[in-house]
Amino acid sequence: MKISTNSEANPLVADLDLDEENVPLEEETAPPAGPLANVLCAIAPLAIGVAGTVGAVELGLGSPVDPGPGLWPMIICLVTIIVSVALLIGGKRFHDAEKMTRGSVTVGIGVLTLIALVVALPIIGFEIPSLVLVFVWLRFLGRESWLLSGITSVVVTVVFYFLFIVGLGIPLPRLF
Amino acid sequence: MDYFAPFLQGFAVVLEPMNLLYCLIGVVIGMLIGVLPGLGPVATISILLPLTYSIDPIAAVIMLAGIFYGAQYGGTITSVLLRLPGEASSVVTVFDGYAMAKKGKAGTALGIAAIGSFFGGTASIVAMSLVAPLVAGVALSFGPPEYAMLALLGILLVSTIGNGGALKSIIAATLGLLLATVGRDTFTGTTRFTFDSLELADGIDFVPIAMGLFGLGEILYSLDQRHRRIDTPIAVGNAWPSRGDIKQASGAIGRGSVIGFVLGVLPGGGATLSSLVAYATEKRRSKTPERFGHGAIEGVAGPETANNAAATSSFIPLLTLGIPANATMAIIFGALLLQGIIPGPTLIIEHPDLFWGVVNSMYIGNILLLILSIPLVGVFVKILRVRPAILAPITVLITLLGVYTVQNSIFDMFLVIVFGVLGYLMKKFGFEPGPLALAFVLGSLLETSVRQSLRIFQGDPTGFVTRPISGTIVGIIVLLIVALPLLNMIRKRRAARTERLASERRATMAAETRAAGAASEADGSFRSAGSTAVATRLDNDPADPVGDDDNGDGDGDAPGSKSP
Repeated sequence: MKISTNSEANPLVADLDLDEENVPLEEETAPPAGPLANVLCAIAPLAIGVAGTVGAVELGLGSPVDPGPGLWPMIICLVTIIVSVALLIGGKRFHDAEKMTRGSVTVGIGVLTLIALVVALPIIGFEIPSLVLVFVWLRFLGRESWLLSGITSVVVTVVFYFLFIVGLGIPLPRLF
Repeated sequence: MDYFAPFLQGFAVVLEPMNLLYCLIGVVIGMLIGVLPGLGPVATISILLPLTYSIDPIAAVIMLAGIFYGAQYGGTITSVLLRLPGEASSVVTVFDGYAMAKKGKAGTALGIAAIGSFFGGTASIVAMSLVAPLVAGVALSFGPPEYAMLALLGILLVSTIGNGGALKSIIAATLGLLLATVGRDTFTGTTRFTFDSLELADGIDFVPIAMGLFGLGEILYSLDQRHRRIDTPIAVGNAWPSRGDIKQASGAIGRGSVIGFVLGVLPGGGATLSSLVAYATEKRRSKTPERFGHGAIEGVAGPETANNAAATSSFIPLLTLGIPANATMAIIFGALLLQGIIPGPTLIIEHPDLFWGVVNSMYIGNILLLILSIPLVGVFVKILRVRPAILAPITVLITLLGVYTVQNSIFDMFLVIVFGVLGYLMKKFGFEPGPLALAFVLGSLLETSVRQSLRIFQGDPTGFVTRPISGTIVGIIVLLIVALPLLNMIRKRRAARTERLASERRATMAAETRAAGAASEADGSFRSAGSTAVATRLDNDPADPVGDDDNGDGDGDAPGSKSP
């Protein structure tokens, strides 16, 4: 687990020195990201802000007495732009971004299996996609044994079938 | 007291068997996920949102509340026995809790945490029962300008005093506000930012956002981490704290209750911050601060009391003003909206059964926790053995199939994936998802009240300042934007100065020893070239007395930037 209590922004806990012997164990996190990632952290919201402002102007700003649909989004986007620029300038000091590691590839594969499940669900029902998803996550992403992955995926799918279909009577697209 | 009758009525609501059952389910789930590192209360509550849709709103909120404060309890167990905080709010408990466990006093630590939590939680509920109706009463007179400024203040506070960097949190918040504008504009009927998608015309639902950002995002993030192997936990030897222990901890419990209650009400404060502050307070107040970190019972009692008190009192802004104070409250806000109940000052009058039912369920919940926590320790320790790799696919499946059940919508499933990826990337790059969710929830309230206010003021924004209550809130906002960074700057500068003085002293001492060494070695055959260099530089350059070798990064530029 990662907590990043920012003592810099927090005068209340500023004098809490955490150099004790019994420091909490935490999950190992990836090393901090390089300067490029930190710049991207500011560029991405900046782009959203600029695109949003353009969209807002197109919607029509109206007047303060009678605001158009675009006025409020524009105010938000202007704040986004200002803060993003501040982040871009001061961004060098930040080291709370993490490097993309091999773990990120695992996450990418995980996301692909989720998309596959949602695409397959309306066509072939939830049972087979669920079974495959749990199996892939256990065997390939979690590196559990073949046996455990096989048994767990079957058990989970059966339990879900009884829970959602039989128990709660939810109209999930299904095969059986 | 005209609210005494509904208050008593609230107990009748809680004691209905179904509500009692959901209270029990809530606190047990809460303790469970508190024990499991990784999946926090926010993630769990968001994943369970679809479930609350199919049950009675009172039971639903009672259960979600139980999960929230139950998790504060559960997190303690792993902190004490494994040095592994299950929750962010139990991180400081590790320092003294684990030290106590190593000394064979694990039972004392867990016992005092349970007693402190119970006391803090209960004190907080009592205070809440008295304060909440008053706040709601005052808030009844609030108009759109007051609400606009209040919502703005809430978002700002959550962004600035919560976890993570303030700039990134504000960006997250503006993104949340922007997402809230997607869909049909309530004033003009124009569709905004829908990209001609029919599904987006009615706006984005909070449920897929919460389930994606907090639920799926959290799971993906933990997939990225290499998980630590769980050590064998320390056995719980002795059972309950002795009378002497309780006496020693009583002061800490009392102070923890007050700190937790006050910081819990504050947006962005909440359980984590209050536990940190309570620990710092105990250490500062103590006559023997050196005991802290080596098993001081106050170091467990204070933070554990405070985090439970805060978990309870953070309901006040939600139930009286309709302004959620943290991410968890934002989700409970979402759950209430899902049921067609809009939290706000009228809640206590229009839905007294819900208000008092939820508040009073916390008494019962805290008693349940006190009874359950100690005997269940063994069970929880066993659960810890379940590897995260096995839990991950199951929670993913619950999340995806769960969101489908809310509206039978495949589109919502895609939204969960999109926001899951966003949540993962945000965590990865140091953006907190909390402010985004909170800002999203408050977005339409903020926009509506700002636009209504502008109409009232006939387009003149100074109207916000001239009305007494909204003006005061504006003052606080300005203070927050100007004063907090200023305070930080002063503190940083002072820290840099003390650091510089310290290293100056170190350098002088080093030079003296080297000089002494050099003198004694002068009649010998050799002399270290390095020490000569340092000594010469120290003599020649009084403006920069610090040798480069032991100069830290932070103070290195400070003298340079001042001297020219």
